[in-house]
Amino acid sequence: MSSAADRSKNYLNEESGLWSWLTTLDHKRIGIMYMITVMFFFLIGGVFALLIRAELFSVGPTVVEGAAQYNQLMTFHGAIMVFMVIIPGIPAFLGNFFLPLQIGAKDVAFPKVNLMSWYCLIIGAAISFYSLFFNGADTGWTFYTPYSIETDNGTILLVLGAFVMGFSSILTGVNFVATTHRLRAPGMGFFQMPLFVWGLYSTAILQVVATPVLGITLLLLAAEKTMGIGFFDPALGGDPVLFQHFFWFYSHPAVYIMILPAMGIISELITTFSRKVIFGYKAIAFSSVGIAAVSFFVWGHHMFVSGQSQLAGVIFSFLTMLVGVPTAIKTFNWVATMYKGSIQFQSPMLYAMGFLFLFTIGGVTGVMLAVMAVDVHFHDTYFVVAHFHYVMVGGTLMAIMGGIYYWFPKMFGKMYNEFMAQLSFLFIFVGFNVTFFPQFILGAQGMPRRYFDYLPAFEPLNRVSTVGSWLIGIGFLIGLYVIVSGMLKGKKAPDNPWGAKTLEWQTSSPPPHTNFHEQPVVTGGPYEYR
Amino acid sequence: MFWVNKAHAGNTFMPPQASNFAESVDTLYGFLYYASLISCILVIGGLIYFAVKYKRKTATDKTAYIAHNALLEFLWSFIPFVVFLVVFAWGWKVFYDMRNAPKDALEVHVVGQKWNWNFIYKSGRKSGGEFTVPVNTPVKLIMSSRDVLHSFFVPSFRVKQDVVPGRYTSLWFTATKEGDFNVFCTEYCGTGHSTMLAKVKVVSKAEYENWLENDPYKGLSLAEVGQKVYAGACIACHNTTDVKKIGPGFAGLWGTDRKLTDGSAVKFDEAYVKESIVNPNAKKAEGYENAVMTSFQGQLSEDEITGVIEYLKTLKK
Repeated sequence: MSSAADRSKNYLNEESGLWSWLTTLDHKRIGIMYMITVMFFFLIGGVFALLIRAELFSVGPTVVEGAAQYNQLMTFHGAIMVFMVIIPGIPAFLGNFFLPLQIGAKDVAFPKVNLMSWYCLIIGAAISFYSLFFNGADTGWTFYTPYSIETDNGTILLVLGAFVMGFSSILTGVNFVATTHRLRAPGMGFFQMPLFVWGLYSTAILQVVATPVLGITLLLLAAEKTMGIGFFDPALGGDPVLFQHFFWFYSHPAVYIMILPAMGIISELITTFSRKVIFGYKAIAFSSVGIAAVSFFVWGHHMFVSGQSQLAGVIFSFLTMLVGVPTAIKTFNWVATMYKGSIQFQSPMLYAMGFLFLFTIGGVTGVMLAVMAVDVHFHDTYFVVAHFHYVMVGGTLMAIMGGIYYWFPKMFGKMYNEFMAQLSFLFIFVGFNVTFFPQFILGAQGMPRRYFDYLPAFEPLNRVSTVGSWLIGIGFLIGLYVIVSGMLKGKKAPDNPWGAKTLEWQTSSPPPHTNFHEQPVVTGGPYEYR
Repeated sequence: MFWVNKAHAGNTFMPPQASNFAESVDTLYGFLYYASLISCILVIGGLIYFAVKYKRKTATDKTAYIAHNALLEFLWSFIPFVVFLVVFAWGWKVFYDMRNAPKDALEVHVVGQKWNWNFIYKSGRKSGGEFTVPVNTPVKLIMSSRDVLHSFFVPSFRVKQDVVPGRYTSLWFTATKEGDFNVFCTEYCGTGHSTMLAKVKVVSKAEYENWLENDPYKGLSLAEVGQKVYAGACIACHNTTDVKKIGPGFAGLWGTDRKLTDGSAVKFDEAYVKESIVNPNAKKAEGYENAVMTSFQGQLSEDEITGVIEYLKTLKK
């Protein structure tokens, strides 16, 4: 093992000063920069969410200044959370930090490209926020035409920002594919890779292949808006439904860009805290790739009532069912991994179990929405809002939080306050269900989404939902405290506090600049708890 | 429990069943609901059971090394697959019925625009904000939009269809219950999206014939005609009080001088009201620079516009 002298230097104190961070090529430092950026965006998007819920507490205009402002809040909440939080959240932050560590590499394949992708996110986000000075944008994050063509010009900036942020996503994807293929430690074949790496790898392929389509679509939209070229506006000879096809051709795979790496984290957490080999390693690994592949062919399930042909609807419904199978397999595998394990309820495990609980509800409601006749009733109601929050927040965000606590000792070399972290989980988990479960019922009753105001009959459940949002807010504030206080004054962390088997735990906490003191050599699978 | 279909037991969470599709959708939904409930109990129950049973006892617990189990894995792939195929086919069957209207269905044209619904019958009868259909008769709505995407949703009928500019879409239903049912716009269409509401009134066949033949404004004063027009066309954006909605509230406006965005002023009189109805964005009042109104040219008859003018005169602060 390494000597004491080696261990005093690590990636955090190797260099100092703001400039050393802004120009760093170290994947770990870039990961931390993503962490700070994403947390900042999450805070803004979260405040917008709280304002939306506050407005919906009562019938009639109350908190915000009219429907126009509400629609901007709704648009920016969605755009920020999708493009700036959930998409970069796992790959660019936790993936950046731990992909090289988990495969025993010194860095990603293209460190400069890695830094560039962070700047793309920052520049894109800056352009998006700049749109707020031009009457903002009020199209919803989906930019549906022709409304997006005739509304105010702030929309162009938001679209342009999303376009630039797309490059961040593409570059990260390219980097991860190359890294996974080329930089694995000696002895690590594809089937010795941790499942988080499988998740990131599948995601990276989606990012590289799907994101350019979004870029092209948004450019066409901008060209139509500024130069009047008729792609989507029927007044100019275009077709608004075509935009929806283009948009969802990216944005449906994007859903899996958001959830696949989350599933990877859950595999890590369940094995570590059950101290047990994963059940069905290959099934989980292949289902990640399978989900990624099929996810390209299901976009039309967002459009059953859009006016697309009945035949198209039937095919999309069928293919969507096929995506359901590998997703179900993964869930069963995780639960089976806990069988005869030795389960420890640290906060990362609580988040993993929270994920399983919420994601299962998100999953079964997803199947309901894939059934055409039922979707006709639920489409564009609060049922859909509840469903995708169960998947995106109950799934992805739970995994991010679990991942942050799990790897916190490795990232900062310090421990966080376990009691406060569990308290934070309790508020978030309970608050989440209080907020979003009533929305299933509201949707079933027929309350449409994106409504600034609603019928009085919907008020009681909306009130419950708003109260829940306050609980979530408190939970995340406690979480912020846990993270910041842990960074500043946490107790020193051991190298492997959880007794995990993957490679990142074999180096010091925090790792040195080059990740490992000696080149690790892999001789077995990632979860050999014997 | 909760929102499962209990059509036969007085369920309160799905809206009332009032069309031919409601029961078939709810039956399928009920199946999905119970299948989901069982799945959730299995997964979440298993999760909690294992968590309690296999809680870590000592720091050096040994665990079983179970890497996989072919039979189990086959079963939990195959059974969901079969269930998914069943609900897929079942959903297709009901969807197919929704998409194929009987040939003899009563046809009504629906035009969506920001932010109201207009209904035009073959007899030439028009109606805004609400429409009337006979009970137990297939009705086909042929829908188009004058501006952006909208979506026509009647929760109690379990039908929904996007209304797309540049093409015609349609949906059909047979109303099975008399009464008033809500219509919502469910495709986001801008500032007034959540006020783009309408009602479908289901009446007996005799009443429907009667309604169709009657002049809707018969025996009404001009101001009363205006009030009816207001309720179908203007209500989404204008209050009858002096409170701003998307556009200005009408109370007390009549006869006043309105400051315009270009700094000039115009009297709120017959000419200005008429111009604002047919060419609404020509003279915008100060404070409404960003508000956009769709023209009602061709939508409202000369008599109806006159009615609106007389109605506005009656609205006092």
